[in-house]
Amino acid sequence: MAAFQTPINRPILSRGPISLGGFLFFVGLSIVVMWLDQRHDYLASVRRALSIAGYGVEVTVNSPFLAWGALSDYFATRGRLLKENEELRAHEREADLKLQRFEALEQENLRLRGLRTSTEHIAQKFLVAEIMQVDLDPYRHRVRINKGSHDGVLESQPILDAAGVVGQVTRVGVFSSEAILITDAEHAIPVQVNRNGLRTIAVGTGNLSQLSLPYLASNADIVEGDLLVTSGLGGVFPAGYPVGTVKRIDRAAAQTLASIIATPAAALDRDREVLLVFESQRPAEPQKAAAPAATPGARP
Amino acid sequence: MSRSDHVARWPLVVSSLAALLLGLIPLPGWLDLLRPDFLALVVLYWAIHLPQAGRLWFAWCAGLVLDMFRGVVLGEFALAMTVVGAVAIYLHLRIRAYPIWHQAGVVFAVLFLYHFTLWIVDGWSGHPVTTSTRWIPAVTGALIWPFVTGLLDKLHHRF
Repeated sequence: MAAFQTPINRPILSRGPISLGGFLFFVGLSIVVMWLDQRHDYLASVRRALSIAGYGVEVTVNSPFLAWGALSDYFATRGRLLKENEELRAHEREADLKLQRFEALEQENLRLRGLRTSTEHIAQKFLVAEIMQVDLDPYRHRVRINKGSHDGVLESQPILDAAGVVGQVTRVGVFSSEAILITDAEHAIPVQVNRNGLRTIAVGTGNLSQLSLPYLASNADIVEGDLLVTSGLGGVFPAGYPVGTVKRIDRAAAQTLASIIATPAAALDRDREVLLVFESQRPAEPQKAAAPAATPGARP
Repeated sequence: MSRSDHVARWPLVVSSLAALLLGLIPLPGWLDLLRPDFLALVVLYWAIHLPQAGRLWFAWCAGLVLDMFRGVVLGEFALAMTVVGAVAIYLHLRIRAYPIWHQAGVVFAVLFLYHFTLWIVDGWSGHPVTTSTRWIPAVTGALIWPFVTGLLDKLHHRF
């Protein structure tokens, strides 16, 4: 008799150990958390605490890739190293040559600016960060970098690579941060055409090899192959860094605005290491106010 | 079958961590779109087979961790996981009695609900993703359900 007791007490098709109240409690809790996180900034410390815990998991995911890199470095053949060395040397020669002219030009530029008593802030300090091999979301161009507030990373700090602008920091954790790439569909960056100074905004398309310039009139002076550089307006990105080159222009006679596609200058899909930019004299107050205006879509 | 009986919690934690890692490993583009929601499947499994352990707390916390990693508004995945956990716990005895492919059908429905919740919150928080490929993981998740169940059954019944 005793053996049957337990099964008999339990209904065969029970509702299980759940109550409507419990379910509603968790739904309510989620909604409150979302509301607090979206509309206010109360949960920054919770996020920070979670990100410290999460860092361990990210390092775990990242470590096989790091180990593979270290291993292939260790077993690099002499021939490959020599070849790489040769390439770097050639590259350095070329860069030196450009630098000679650059210094003269910089002096001249300073003199001219001195005449107009205006100053331009040029990015001076860089911090090298590594892109962690962690997959965040297939539909958003976000990456995680291995530097955080511990290393002095700031929110909406610009990120560059050797060829151009990569993106900006969106969320700062303690040891790692999340960054948005310029091709994310929610990102926009103020640019100007290097040839004639025409200003506009380059918007991400969600495609890693395309930027879109939706706000130029059909008769705007822009041609295929034009270099787009940061204009420095908005105060997030320092001025004068390459963003991309114009690839295709569609000027339909019936449309007021031209549809223009540009290719990003930075190697967004191949980068392993990026540079975080610190500006030498960053105005503290206006910057904060200007940040959202510069990137209307990008939620910092 | 009192609720205070000692359920080993560590298989839950270990399998969730493994699922989290599987969800974060970088994959090439098209494979990335096919990637099933491993953590949701693990939460689903434990909700069906061990509903008294952790109950909705487990689902909710798993969702919150996922929120942090995916960089979305905190609470989005937590809400979706709550829905998954609640449906699975409510139906757990029925689902257990189904044959495996029938279970996979239910799993598809639950995962669809999961993505539907995410879709709504995405739109509400101003990051809408409207491509139809976002529903693919619900299908792949249902397809690998028999393997997930097999694997987790081993873990569950050994300890």
